[in-house]
Amino acid sequence: MEWEVVIGLETHTQLKTNTKIFSGASIKYGAEPNTQACEVSLALPGVLPVLNKEAVQCAIKFGLAINAHIAPRSVFARKNYFYPDLPKGYQISQFELPVVGKGAVTIQVPAVGKNAAYEKVVNITRAHLEEDAGKSVHDLKNNGAVEGMSGIDLNRAGTPLLEIVTEPDMRSAAEAVAYAKKLHELVQWIGICDGNMQEGSFRCDVNVSVRPKGTEKLGTRREIKNLNSFKFMQQAIEYETRWQIETLEDGGSIQQSTVLFNPDTGETRAMRSKEEANDYRYFPDPDLLPLVITEADKARVQADMPELPEAMKARFEAQYALSSYDANAITTSRDLANYFVAVVDAGADAKQAANWVMGSLAAKLNAADMSINDSPINAQQFAQLLKRVGDNTISNNAAKQVFEAMWNAEGEVDGIIEAKGLKQESDTGAIEAIVDEVLAANPAMVEEFKAGKEKAFNALVGQAMKASKGKANPAQVNEILKIKLST
Amino acid sequence: MALSIEDIKKVAHLARIEVSDSDAAATLTKLTGILGLIEQMQAVDTTGIEPMSHSQDLSQRLREDVVTKTNLRDEFQKNAPVLGNGSTEPAVAGGLYLVPKVIE
Repeated sequence: MEWEVVIGLETHTQLKTNTKIFSGASIKYGAEPNTQACEVSLALPGVLPVLNKEAVQCAIKFGLAINAHIAPRSVFARKNYFYPDLPKGYQISQFELPVVGKGAVTIQVPAVGKNAAYEKVVNITRAHLEEDAGKSVHDLKNNGAVEGMSGIDLNRAGTPLLEIVTEPDMRSAAEAVAYAKKLHELVQWIGICDGNMQEGSFRCDVNVSVRPKGTEKLGTRREIKNLNSFKFMQQAIEYETRWQIETLEDGGSIQQSTVLFNPDTGETRAMRSKEEANDYRYFPDPDLLPLVITEADKARVQADMPELPEAMKARFEAQYALSSYDANAITTSRDLANYFVAVVDAGADAKQAANWVMGSLAAKLNAADMSINDSPINAQQFAQLLKRVGDNTISNNAAKQVFEAMWNAEGEVDGIIEAKGLKQESDTGAIEAIVDEVLAANPAMVEEFKAGKEKAFNALVGQAMKASKGKANPAQVNEILKIKLST
Repeated sequence: MALSIEDIKKVAHLARIEVSDSDAAATLTKLTGILGLIEQMQAVDTTGIEPMSHSQDLSQRLREDVVTKTNLRDEFQKNAPVLGNGSTEPAVAGGLYLVPKVIE
Protein backbone atom coordinates (compact mmCIF):
# COMPACT_ATOMS: atom_id res chain seq x y z
CA MET A 1 0.00 0.00 0.00
CA GLU A 2 1.14 3.53 -0.64
CA TRP A 3 1.04 5.78 2.40
CA GLU A 4 0.72 9.51 2.83
CA VAL A 5 2.15 11.41 5.79
CA VAL A 6 0.15 14.30 7.24
CA ILE A 7 2.00 16.91 9.29
CA GLY A 8 0.94 19.94 11.33
CA LEU A 9 3.18 22.18 13.43
CA GLU A 10 2.82 24.09 16.67
CA THR A 11 5.63 26.56 17.12
CA HIS A 12 6.48 28.41 20.32
CA THR A 13 8.17 31.67 19.44
CA GLN A 14 9.62 33.62 22.31
CA LEU A 15 8.70 37.26 21.87
CA LYS A 16 11.41 39.92 21.83
CA THR A 17 10.34 41.94 24.84
CA ASN A 18 12.27 43.30 27.81
CA THR A 19 9.97 41.86 30.42
CA LYS A 20 7.66 38.94 31.13
CA ILE A 21 4.17 38.74 29.69
CA PHE A 22 2.41 39.44 32.99
CA SER A 23 5.04 41.18 35.15
CA GLY A 24 7.91 43.65 35.01
CA ALA A 25 10.63 41.02 35.59
CA SER A 26 13.45 40.85 33.03
CA ILE A 27 13.60 37.92 30.59
CA LYS A 28 17.29 38.29 29.76
CA TYR A 29 18.81 34.89 28.93
CA GLY A 30 21.46 33.30 31.10
CA ALA A 31 20.86 35.01 34.45
CA GLU A 32 21.64 33.25 37.74
CA PRO A 33 18.80 30.90 38.79
CA ASN A 34 15.70 32.65 40.15
CA THR A 35 17.22 36.14 40.09
CA GLN A 36 14.53 37.09 37.54
CA ALA A 37 11.74 35.25 39.30
CA CYS A 38 9.55 37.92 40.88
CA GLU A 39 6.50 37.32 43.07
CA VAL A 40 4.28 36.93 39.98
CA SER A 41 6.67 34.35 38.45
CA LEU A 42 6.65 32.50 41.80
CA ALA A 43 2.82 32.66 42.06
CA LEU A 44 2.89 34.08 45.57
CA PRO A 45 -0.57 34.62 47.03
CA GLY A 46 -2.28 37.88 46.14
CA VAL A 47 -0.35 38.74 43.00
CA LEU A 48 -2.13 39.78 39.81
CA PRO A 49 -0.99 39.47 36.19
CA VAL A 50 -0.81 42.68 34.12
CA LEU A 51 -0.45 42.20 30.38
CA ASN A 52 2.68 43.46 28.56
CA LYS A 53 1.80 45.94 25.79
CA GLU A 54 4.81 44.95 23.68
CA ALA A 55 3.77 41.28 23.66
CA VAL A 56 0.39 42.34 22.27
CA GLN A 57 2.08 44.48 19.58
CA CYS A 58 4.18 41.45 18.58
CA ALA A 59 1.02 39.35 18.19
CA ILE A 60 -0.61 42.05 16.05
CA LYS A 61 2.54 42.30 13.91
CA PHE A 62 2.49 38.57 13.28
CA GLY A 63 -1.22 38.64 12.43
CA LEU A 64 -0.65 41.41 9.90
CA ALA A 65 2.36 39.60 8.40
CA ILE A 66 0.37 36.45 7.64
CA ASN A 67 -2.72 38.36 6.56
CA ALA A 68 -4.74 36.93 9.39
CA HIS A 69 -7.87 37.95 11.16
CA ILE A 70 -6.88 39.79 14.36
CA ALA A 71 -9.48 39.35 17.06
CA PRO A 72 -11.06 42.62 18.20
CA ARG A 73 -11.61 40.83 21.50
CA SER A 74 -9.59 37.85 22.74
CA VAL A 75 -9.60 36.07 26.05
CA PHE A 76 -6.95 34.60 28.35
CA ALA A 77 -7.68 31.19 29.82
CA ARG A 78 -6.17 28.96 32.46
CA LYS A 79 -4.73 25.67 31.26
CA ASN A 80 -4.65 23.51 34.37
CA TYR A 81 -1.98 20.93 35.09
CA PHE A 82 0.50 20.13 37.83
CA TYR A 83 4.22 20.30 37.36
CA PRO A 84 6.84 21.78 39.68
CA ASP A 85 8.03 24.33 37.10
CA LEU A 86 4.49 25.75 36.96
CA PRO A 87 3.92 27.05 40.48
CA LYS A 88 0.41 28.45 39.86
CA GLY A 89 -0.89 25.00 38.86
CA TYR A 90 -2.04 26.52 35.56
CA GLN A 91 -0.52 28.20 32.54
CA ILE A 92 -2.12 31.41 31.33
CA SER A 93 -2.83 30.86 27.65
CA GLN A 94 -5.62 31.55 25.18
CA PHE A 95 -8.15 28.92 24.21
CA GLU A 96 -11.50 29.71 22.59
CA LEU A 97 -10.72 33.26 21.50
CA PRO A 98 -7.06 33.58 20.41
CA VAL A 99 -5.59 36.94 19.42
CA VAL A 100 -4.69 35.83 15.86
CA GLY A 101 -7.07 33.81 13.69
CA LYS A 102 -6.75 32.15 10.29
CA GLY A 103 -3.89 33.23 8.03
CA ALA A 104 -1.43 31.70 5.58
CA VAL A 105 2.27 31.41 4.81
CA THR A 106 3.73 30.62 1.37
CA ILE A 107 6.66 28.22 1.59
CA GLN A 108 9.40 27.34 -0.91
CA VAL A 109 10.16 23.63 -0.89
CA PRO A 110 13.65 23.01 -2.30
CA ALA A 111 14.34 20.51 -5.07
CA VAL A 112 15.23 17.01 -3.87
CA GLY A 113 16.73 14.54 -6.33
CA LYS A 114 14.45 14.32 -9.37
CA ASN A 115 11.71 16.42 -7.73
CA ALA A 116 11.77 20.07 -8.74
CA ALA A 117 11.41 22.90 -6.22
CA TYR A 118 7.88 24.18 -5.68
CA GLU A 119 5.82 26.66 -3.69
CA LYS A 120 2.97 25.76 -1.38
CA VAL A 121 0.57 27.62 0.87
CA VAL A 122 0.45 26.46 4.49
CA ASN A 123 -2.64 27.61 6.36
CA ILE A 124 -2.28 28.95 9.87
CA THR A 125 -5.14 27.95 12.16
CA ARG A 126 -4.40 30.42 14.91
CA ALA A 127 -1.73 32.08 17.02
CA HIS A 128 -2.18 32.77 20.70
CA LEU A 129 -0.32 34.53 23.49
CA GLU A 130 0.79 32.53 26.49
CA GLU A 131 3.41 32.34 29.22
CA ASP A 132 6.35 29.96 29.31
CA ALA A 133 6.96 27.64 32.27
CA GLY A 134 10.11 27.50 34.39
CA LYS A 135 12.92 24.97 34.07
CA SER A 136 13.56 21.80 36.02
CA VAL A 137 17.20 20.95 36.70
CA HIS A 138 17.68 17.26 37.36
CA ASP A 139 21.44 17.21 37.53
CA LEU A 140 22.21 19.11 40.70
CA LYS A 141 25.89 18.22 40.88
CA ASN A 142 27.00 21.79 40.39
CA ASN A 143 24.42 23.16 42.77
CA GLY A 144 25.14 21.19 45.91
CA ALA A 145 23.75 17.77 45.02
CA VAL A 146 20.68 16.79 47.00
CA GLU A 147 19.60 13.16 46.90
CA GLY A 148 16.21 12.54 45.28
CA MET A 149 15.56 16.22 44.55
CA SER A 150 15.13 18.29 41.42
CA GLY A 151 15.93 22.00 41.26
CA ILE A 152 13.50 24.58 39.90
CA ASP A 153 14.58 27.77 38.14
CA LEU A 154 11.67 30.12 37.52
CA ASN A 155 13.56 32.78 35.53
CA ARG A 156 11.86 31.57 32.36
CA ALA A 157 8.41 31.31 33.97
CA GLY A 158 6.21 34.00 32.46
CA THR A 159 8.34 34.64 29.37
CA PRO A 160 5.98 35.77 26.58
CA LEU A 161 5.33 33.22 23.84
CA LEU A 162 3.29 33.31 20.69
CA GLU A 163 2.20 29.77 19.84
CA ILE A 164 1.59 29.47 16.11
CA VAL A 165 -0.54 26.52 14.98
CA THR A 166 -0.88 25.27 11.40
CA GLU A 167 -3.52 23.19 9.70
CA PRO A 168 -2.36 19.61 8.94
CA ASP A 169 -1.26 20.86 5.51
CA MET A 170 2.22 19.41 5.09
CA ARG A 171 2.85 16.12 3.29
CA SER A 172 6.57 15.46 3.80
CA ALA A 173 9.43 16.18 6.17
CA ALA A 174 10.81 18.54 3.50
CA GLU A 175 7.59 20.59 3.52
CA ALA A 176 7.53 20.72 7.32
CA VAL A 177 11.15 21.91 7.44
CA ALA A 178 10.52 24.46 4.67
CA TYR A 179 7.59 25.82 6.67
CA ALA A 180 9.58 25.95 9.92
CA LYS A 181 12.44 27.77 8.15
CA LYS A 182 10.05 30.22 6.54
CA LEU A 183 8.34 30.96 9.84
CA HIS A 184 11.74 31.29 11.53
CA GLU A 185 12.76 33.91 8.94
CA LEU A 186 9.45 35.71 9.13
CA VAL A 187 9.33 36.18 12.92
CA GLN A 188 12.87 37.56 12.83
CA TRP A 189 12.09 39.71 9.79
CA ILE A 190 9.22 41.46 11.56
CA GLY A 191 11.33 41.70 14.72
CA ILE A 192 9.12 39.78 17.14
CA CYS A 193 11.57 36.93 17.93
CA ASP A 194 15.37 36.66 18.01
CA GLY A 195 15.14 33.19 16.41
CA ASN A 196 17.83 31.76 18.68
CA MET A 197 17.07 28.04 18.59
CA GLN A 198 19.88 26.99 20.95
CA GLU A 199 18.44 29.23 23.66
CA GLY A 200 14.93 27.89 22.97
CA SER A 201 13.48 31.06 21.44
CA PHE A 202 11.95 29.03 18.60
CA ARG A 203 10.71 25.50 19.40
CA CYS A 204 8.53 23.26 17.29
CA ASP A 205 6.11 20.50 18.18
CA VAL A 206 5.34 18.37 15.14
CA ASN A 207 2.15 16.32 14.79
CA VAL A 208 2.63 13.35 12.49
CA SER A 209 0.10 10.82 11.22
CA VAL A 210 -0.09 8.54 8.21
CA ARG A 211 -3.01 7.35 6.07
CA PRO A 212 -3.41 5.25 2.92
CA LYS A 213 -2.80 7.54 -0.04
CA GLY A 214 -6.05 8.75 -1.56
CA THR A 215 -8.09 8.50 1.63
CA GLU A 216 -9.52 11.49 3.48
CA LYS A 217 -9.73 10.35 7.08
CA LEU A 218 -6.77 11.43 9.22
CA GLY A 219 -4.81 8.71 10.99
CA THR A 220 -4.08 8.83 14.73
CA ARG A 221 -1.31 11.32 15.34
CA ARG A 222 1.75 11.32 17.54
CA GLU A 223 3.26 14.62 18.61
CA ILE A 224 7.04 15.04 18.50
CA LYS A 225 7.84 17.59 21.21
CA ASN A 226 10.36 20.40 21.42
CA LEU A 227 12.45 20.16 18.28
CA ASN A 228 14.96 22.98 18.25
CA SER A 229 16.92 22.26 15.08
CA PHE A 230 15.78 21.87 11.47
CA LYS A 231 18.09 18.92 10.99
CA PHE A 232 16.57 17.08 13.96
CA MET A 233 13.10 17.96 12.69
CA GLN A 234 13.84 16.33 9.34
CA GLN A 235 15.30 13.22 10.99
CA ALA A 236 12.54 12.95 13.59
CA ILE A 237 9.73 13.19 11.02
CA GLU A 238 11.39 10.68 8.71
CA TYR A 239 11.90 8.20 11.53
CA GLU A 240 8.41 8.72 12.95
CA THR A 241 6.79 8.27 9.52
CA ARG A 242 8.66 5.03 8.88
CA TRP A 243 7.81 3.78 12.37
CA GLN A 244 4.08 4.48 11.97
CA ILE A 245 3.91 2.85 8.51
CA GLU A 246 5.79 -0.24 9.73
CA THR A 247 3.59 -0.49 12.83
CA LEU A 248 0.41 -0.35 10.73
CA GLU A 249 1.72 -2.73 8.09
CA ASP A 250 2.61 -5.20 10.84
CA GLY A 251 -1.05 -5.11 11.90
CA GLY A 252 -0.51 -2.79 14.89
CA SER A 253 -2.29 0.44 15.71
CA ILE A 254 -1.08 3.92 16.62
CA GLN A 255 -1.88 5.31 20.09
CA GLN A 256 -2.21 9.05 20.37
CA SER A 257 0.84 10.11 22.35
CA THR A 258 3.64 12.55 22.88
CA VAL A 259 7.08 11.44 21.74
CA LEU A 260 10.59 12.77 22.16
CA PHE A 261 13.34 12.65 19.54
CA ASN A 262 16.72 11.36 20.63
CA PRO A 263 19.39 12.93 18.40
CA ASP A 264 21.96 10.30 19.43
CA THR A 265 19.93 7.33 18.20
CA GLY A 266 17.85 9.20 15.59
CA GLU A 267 14.73 7.59 17.07
CA THR A 268 11.48 8.83 18.58
CA ARG A 269 10.14 7.38 21.81
CA ALA A 270 6.77 7.77 23.55
CA MET A 271 6.89 10.09 26.56
CA ARG A 272 3.55 9.72 28.27
CA SER A 273 0.03 8.66 27.48
CA LYS A 274 -2.16 11.64 26.78
CA GLU A 275 -5.56 10.40 27.94
CA GLU A 276 -5.57 11.96 31.36
CA ALA A 277 -2.76 14.47 31.02
CA ASN A 278 -4.78 16.08 28.25
CA ASP A 279 -7.65 17.11 30.50
CA TYR A 280 -6.59 20.72 30.96
CA ARG A 281 -10.01 22.04 32.04
CA TYR A 282 -9.53 25.42 30.36
CA PHE A 283 -11.61 28.29 31.68
CA PRO A 284 -11.39 32.09 31.29
CA ASP A 285 -8.86 33.54 33.73
CA PRO A 286 -10.81 35.76 36.13
CA ASP A 287 -7.58 37.71 36.85
CA LEU A 288 -7.50 39.08 33.30
CA LEU A 289 -10.05 41.11 31.38
CA PRO A 290 -10.62 40.55 27.65
CA LEU A 291 -7.87 41.93 25.40
CA VAL A 292 -9.38 44.53 23.07
CA ILE A 293 -7.58 45.44 19.84
CA THR A 294 -9.05 48.33 17.86
CA GLU A 295 -8.64 49.25 14.20
CA ALA A 296 -6.53 52.18 15.40
CA ASP A 297 -4.21 49.81 17.31
CA LYS A 298 -3.77 47.74 14.16
CA ALA A 299 -3.14 50.83 12.03
CA ARG A 300 -0.43 52.00 14.44
CA VAL A 301 1.37 48.66 14.25
CA GLN A 302 0.89 48.51 10.48
CA ALA A 303 2.60 51.89 10.10
CA ASP A 304 5.58 50.43 11.92
CA MET A 305 5.81 47.22 9.86
CA PRO A 306 8.84 46.63 7.65
CA GLU A 307 8.35 45.73 4.00
CA LEU A 308 7.61 41.98 4.01
CA PRO A 309 9.88 39.48 2.23
CA GLU A 310 7.39 38.69 -0.57
CA ALA A 311 6.86 42.38 -1.37
CA MET A 312 10.59 43.05 -1.25
CA LYS A 313 11.28 40.10 -3.54
CA ALA A 314 8.82 41.41 -6.12
CA ARG A 315 10.35 44.88 -5.84
CA PHE A 316 13.91 43.57 -6.36
CA GLU A 317 12.82 41.72 -9.49
CA ALA A 318 11.21 44.87 -10.89
CA GLN A 319 13.63 47.53 -9.66
CA TYR A 320 16.97 45.70 -10.11
CA ALA A 321 15.99 43.21 -12.83
CA LEU A 322 17.09 40.33 -10.59
CA SER A 323 15.99 36.80 -11.39
CA SER A 324 13.27 35.30 -9.21
CA TYR A 325 15.90 32.92 -7.81
CA ASP A 326 18.32 35.70 -6.82
CA ALA A 327 15.55 37.91 -5.41
CA ASN A 328 14.30 35.00 -3.35
CA ALA A 329 17.75 34.14 -2.03
CA ILE A 330 18.48 37.73 -1.02
CA THR A 331 15.19 38.13 0.81
CA THR A 332 15.64 35.05 3.01
CA SER A 333 16.76 37.38 5.78
CA ARG A 334 16.11 41.03 6.40
CA ASP A 335 19.73 41.72 7.35
CA LEU A 336 20.95 40.15 4.12
CA ALA A 337 18.44 42.18 2.09
CA ASN A 338 19.49 45.36 3.87
CA TYR A 339 23.15 44.62 3.15
CA PHE A 340 22.41 44.04 -0.52
CA VAL A 341 20.48 47.31 -0.76
CA ALA A 342 23.32 49.16 0.97
CA VAL A 343 25.83 47.75 -1.55
CA VAL A 344 23.63 48.81 -4.47
CA ASP A 345 22.94 52.24 -2.95
CA ALA A 346 26.68 52.75 -2.60
CA GLY A 347 26.97 52.53 -6.38
CA ALA A 348 27.45 48.85 -7.25
CA ASP A 349 25.67 47.17 -10.15
CA ALA A 350 22.69 45.25 -8.73
CA LYS A 351 23.20 42.03 -10.67
CA GLN A 352 26.91 41.97 -9.75
CA ALA A 353 26.05 42.74 -6.14
CA ALA A 354 23.56 39.85 -6.04
CA ASN A 355 26.12 37.46 -7.55
CA TRP A 356 28.86 38.43 -5.14
CA VAL A 357 26.74 38.66 -2.00
CA MET A 358 25.03 35.32 -2.65
CA GLY A 359 28.25 33.77 -4.00
CA SER A 360 31.64 34.53 -2.48
CA LEU A 361 30.37 36.41 0.57
CA ALA A 362 27.66 33.89 1.48
CA ALA A 363 30.15 31.03 1.09
CA LYS A 364 32.64 32.73 3.42
CA LEU A 365 29.99 33.55 6.00
CA ASN A 366 28.63 30.01 5.89
CA ALA A 367 32.04 28.45 6.28
CA ALA A 368 32.76 30.66 9.29
CA ASP A 369 29.23 30.17 10.66
CA MET A 370 28.77 33.94 10.73
CA SER A 371 25.78 36.12 9.97
CA ILE A 372 25.83 38.98 7.50
CA ASN A 373 25.97 41.43 10.41
CA ASP A 374 29.36 40.00 11.39
CA SER A 375 30.79 40.42 7.89
CA PRO A 376 34.27 41.96 8.11
CA ILE A 377 33.54 43.67 4.78
CA ASN A 378 31.06 46.50 5.07
CA ALA A 379 28.61 47.40 2.31
CA GLN A 380 30.53 50.53 1.23
CA GLN A 381 33.78 48.58 0.79
CA PHE A 382 31.96 45.83 -1.06
CA ALA A 383 30.41 48.37 -3.42
CA GLN A 384 33.84 49.93 -3.98
CA LEU A 385 35.23 46.52 -4.97
CA LEU A 386 32.44 45.99 -7.50
CA LYS A 387 32.92 49.51 -8.87
CA ARG A 388 36.60 48.75 -9.48
CA VAL A 389 35.56 45.73 -11.54
CA GLY A 390 32.93 47.82 -13.33
CA ASP A 391 35.37 50.57 -14.32
CA ASN A 392 37.95 48.00 -15.48
CA THR A 393 40.51 48.89 -12.83
CA ILE A 394 40.76 45.21 -11.91
CA SER A 395 39.72 41.96 -13.57
CA ASN A 396 37.21 39.56 -12.05
CA ASN A 397 40.06 37.26 -11.04
CA ALA A 398 41.92 40.07 -9.33
CA ALA A 399 38.67 41.05 -7.60
CA LYS A 400 38.60 37.62 -5.99
CA GLN A 401 42.06 38.21 -4.58
CA VAL A 402 41.04 41.64 -3.31
CA PHE A 403 37.94 40.09 -1.74
CA GLU A 404 40.08 37.52 0.09
CA ALA A 405 42.34 40.27 1.37
CA MET A 406 39.38 42.35 2.52
CA TRP A 407 37.90 39.34 4.29
CA ASN A 408 41.23 38.99 6.13
CA ALA A 409 41.03 42.65 7.10
CA GLU A 410 44.10 43.61 5.08
CA GLY A 411 42.69 47.06 4.33
CA GLU A 412 40.53 48.96 1.89
CA VAL A 413 39.91 48.15 -1.77
CA ASP A 414 42.17 50.70 -3.47
CA GLY A 415 44.96 50.16 -0.99
CA ILE A 416 44.89 46.39 -1.55
CA ILE A 417 44.85 46.79 -5.34
CA GLU A 418 47.89 49.05 -5.05
CA ALA A 419 49.77 46.91 -2.55
CA LYS A 420 49.24 43.70 -4.49
CA GLY A 421 49.83 45.33 -7.88
CA LEU A 422 46.52 44.05 -9.20
CA LYS A 423 45.68 47.03 -11.31
CA GLN A 424 44.64 45.93 -14.75
CA GLU A 425 46.61 47.14 -17.78
CA SER A 426 44.09 48.99 -19.92
CA ASP A 427 46.48 51.20 -21.84
CA THR A 428 45.96 50.33 -25.50
CA GLY A 429 49.53 51.17 -26.46
CA ALA A 430 51.02 48.96 -23.78
CA ILE A 431 48.75 46.06 -24.68
CA GLU A 432 49.54 46.46 -28.38
CA ALA A 433 53.23 46.23 -27.56
CA ILE A 434 52.67 43.00 -25.60
CA VAL A 435 50.53 41.53 -28.40
CA ASP A 436 53.18 42.40 -31.00
CA GLU A 437 55.82 40.61 -28.94
CA VAL A 438 53.64 37.54 -28.54
CA LEU A 439 52.87 37.40 -32.27
CA ALA A 440 56.55 37.70 -33.11
CA ALA A 441 57.53 34.99 -30.63
CA ASN A 442 54.88 32.50 -31.74
CA PRO A 443 54.84 32.36 -35.54
CA ALA A 444 53.68 28.72 -35.48
CA MET A 445 50.51 29.60 -33.58
CA VAL A 446 49.82 32.48 -35.94
CA GLU A 447 50.13 30.07 -38.88
CA GLU A 448 47.78 27.61 -37.25
CA PHE A 449 45.22 30.32 -36.66
CA LYS A 450 45.45 31.51 -40.21
CA ALA A 451 44.97 27.89 -41.34
CA GLY A 452 41.62 27.93 -39.52
CA LYS A 453 42.45 26.57 -36.09
CA GLU A 454 40.33 28.62 -33.70
CA LYS A 455 42.07 27.11 -30.68
CA ALA A 456 45.28 28.83 -31.62
CA PHE A 457 43.60 32.16 -30.96
CA ASN A 458 42.92 31.25 -27.33
CA ALA A 459 46.47 30.06 -26.94
CA LEU A 460 47.71 33.45 -28.17
CA VAL A 461 45.41 35.25 -25.70
CA GLY A 462 46.85 33.05 -22.98
CA GLN A 463 50.41 33.94 -24.02
CA ALA A 464 49.59 37.66 -23.98
CA MET A 465 47.98 37.44 -20.54
CA LYS A 466 51.01 35.54 -19.28
CA ALA A 467 53.37 38.12 -20.76
CA SER A 468 51.42 40.86 -18.93
CA LYS A 469 51.60 38.84 -15.68
CA GLY A 470 47.83 38.59 -15.76
CA LYS A 471 47.33 42.31 -15.58
CA ALA A 472 46.18 43.02 -19.12
CA ASN A 473 42.48 43.63 -19.60
CA PRO A 474 41.43 40.35 -21.28
CA ALA A 475 38.68 42.00 -23.31
CA GLN A 476 41.19 44.46 -24.76
CA VAL A 477 43.72 41.72 -25.46
CA ASN A 478 41.06 39.84 -27.38
CA GLU A 479 40.09 42.84 -29.38
CA ILE A 480 43.62 43.94 -30.28
CA LEU A 481 44.69 40.41 -31.15
CA LYS A 482 41.71 40.04 -33.47
CA ILE A 483 42.59 43.24 -35.29
CA LYS A 484 46.28 42.34 -35.60
CA LEU A 485 45.55 38.86 -36.91
CA SER A 486 43.08 40.03 -39.49
CA THR A 487 45.53 42.45 -41.09
CA MET B 1 -26.35 15.93 34.11
CA ALA B 2 -25.84 13.00 36.49
CA LEU B 3 -22.47 12.75 38.22
CA SER B 4 -20.97 9.50 39.44
CA ILE B 5 -18.53 8.77 42.25
CA GLU B 6 -15.94 8.06 39.51
CA ASP B 7 -16.39 11.60 38.16
CA ILE B 8 -15.78 13.01 41.64
CA LYS B 9 -12.65 10.90 42.07
CA LYS B 10 -11.35 11.94 38.65
CA VAL B 11 -11.90 15.65 39.23
CA ALA B 12 -10.33 15.37 42.68
CA HIS B 13 -7.32 13.60 41.22
CA LEU B 14 -6.90 16.26 38.50
CA ALA B 15 -6.97 18.93 41.22
CA ARG B 16 -4.65 16.82 43.41
CA ILE B 17 -7.18 16.81 46.25
CA GLU B 18 -7.37 13.67 48.32
CA VAL B 19 -10.98 12.59 48.99
CA SER B 20 -11.99 9.61 51.05
CA ASP B 21 -14.92 7.45 49.90
CA SER B 22 -17.27 9.05 52.45
CA ASP B 23 -16.12 12.57 51.47
CA ALA B 24 -16.64 11.63 47.83
CA ALA B 25 -20.27 10.71 48.48
CA ALA B 26 -20.91 14.01 50.29
CA THR B 27 -19.13 15.94 47.52
CA LEU B 28 -21.23 14.15 44.93
CA THR B 29 -24.41 15.42 46.59
CA LYS B 30 -23.10 19.00 46.79
CA LEU B 31 -21.78 19.10 43.24
CA THR B 32 -25.00 17.61 41.90
CA GLY B 33 -26.85 20.44 43.64
CA ILE B 34 -24.60 23.04 41.96
CA LEU B 35 -25.11 21.44 38.57
CA GLY B 36 -28.86 21.54 39.19
CA LEU B 37 -28.58 25.27 39.78
CA ILE B 38 -26.70 25.67 36.51
CA GLU B 39 -29.33 23.66 34.69
CA GLN B 40 -31.96 25.99 36.07
CA MET B 41 -30.02 29.02 34.81
CA GLN B 42 -29.66 27.44 31.39
CA ALA B 43 -33.44 27.59 31.04
CA VAL B 44 -33.13 31.37 30.59
CA ASP B 45 -33.33 32.41 26.94
CA THR B 46 -30.01 34.06 26.07
CA THR B 47 -30.50 34.20 22.30
CA GLY B 48 -28.55 37.08 20.80
CA ILE B 49 -26.57 37.81 23.94
CA GLU B 50 -22.80 37.62 23.53
CA PRO B 51 -21.20 35.52 26.29
CA MET B 52 -18.92 37.45 28.62
CA SER B 53 -15.59 36.05 29.75
CA HIS B 54 -15.47 38.26 32.81
CA SER B 55 -18.07 39.59 35.23
CA GLN B 56 -16.93 43.16 34.57
CA ASP B 57 -17.61 44.65 31.16
CA LEU B 58 -14.16 46.23 30.86
CA SER B 59 -11.07 45.56 28.77
CA GLN B 60 -7.55 44.63 29.82
CA ARG B 61 -5.19 47.42 30.80
CA LEU B 62 -1.73 47.09 29.26
CA ARG B 63 1.61 47.58 30.97
CA GLU B 64 4.61 49.31 29.34
CA ASP B 65 7.43 46.86 28.57
CA VAL B 66 9.83 48.22 31.20
CA VAL B 67 11.71 46.23 33.84
CA THR B 68 10.31 47.18 37.23
CA LYS B 69 11.19 44.11 39.28
CA THR B 70 14.48 43.80 41.11
CA ASN B 71 16.19 40.64 42.29
CA LEU B 72 14.64 39.66 45.62
CA ARG B 73 15.71 36.03 45.46
CA ASP B 74 17.18 35.93 48.95
CA GLU B 75 14.01 37.33 50.49
CA PHE B 76 11.76 34.98 48.52
CA GLN B 77 13.88 31.93 49.28
CA LYS B 78 13.58 32.47 53.04
CA ASN B 79 9.94 31.55 52.41
CA ALA B 80 10.62 28.43 50.36
CA PRO B 81 8.85 25.28 51.62
CA VAL B 82 10.87 22.98 53.85
CA LEU B 83 11.84 19.52 52.64
CA GLY B 84 9.72 17.62 55.14
CA ASN B 85 12.65 15.43 56.16
CA GLY B 86 12.93 16.90 59.62
CA SER B 87 14.82 19.95 58.40
CA THR B 88 13.28 23.32 59.14
CA GLU B 89 15.46 25.09 56.58
CA PRO B 90 13.94 26.32 53.26
CA ALA B 91 14.61 23.77 50.50
CA VAL B 92 16.94 25.70 48.21
CA ALA B 93 20.37 24.97 46.74
CA GLY B 94 22.52 27.00 44.37
CA GLY B 95 19.66 29.47 43.91
CA LEU B 96 17.25 26.70 42.86
CA TYR B 97 14.05 25.74 44.65
CA LEU B 98 14.16 22.04 45.52
CA VAL B 99 11.28 19.65 44.90
CA PRO B 100 10.96 15.86 45.02
CA LYS B 101 12.67 14.46 41.93
CA VAL B 102 10.68 14.82 38.71
CA ILE B 103 11.78 12.83 35.68
CA GLU B 104 9.62 12.14 32.65
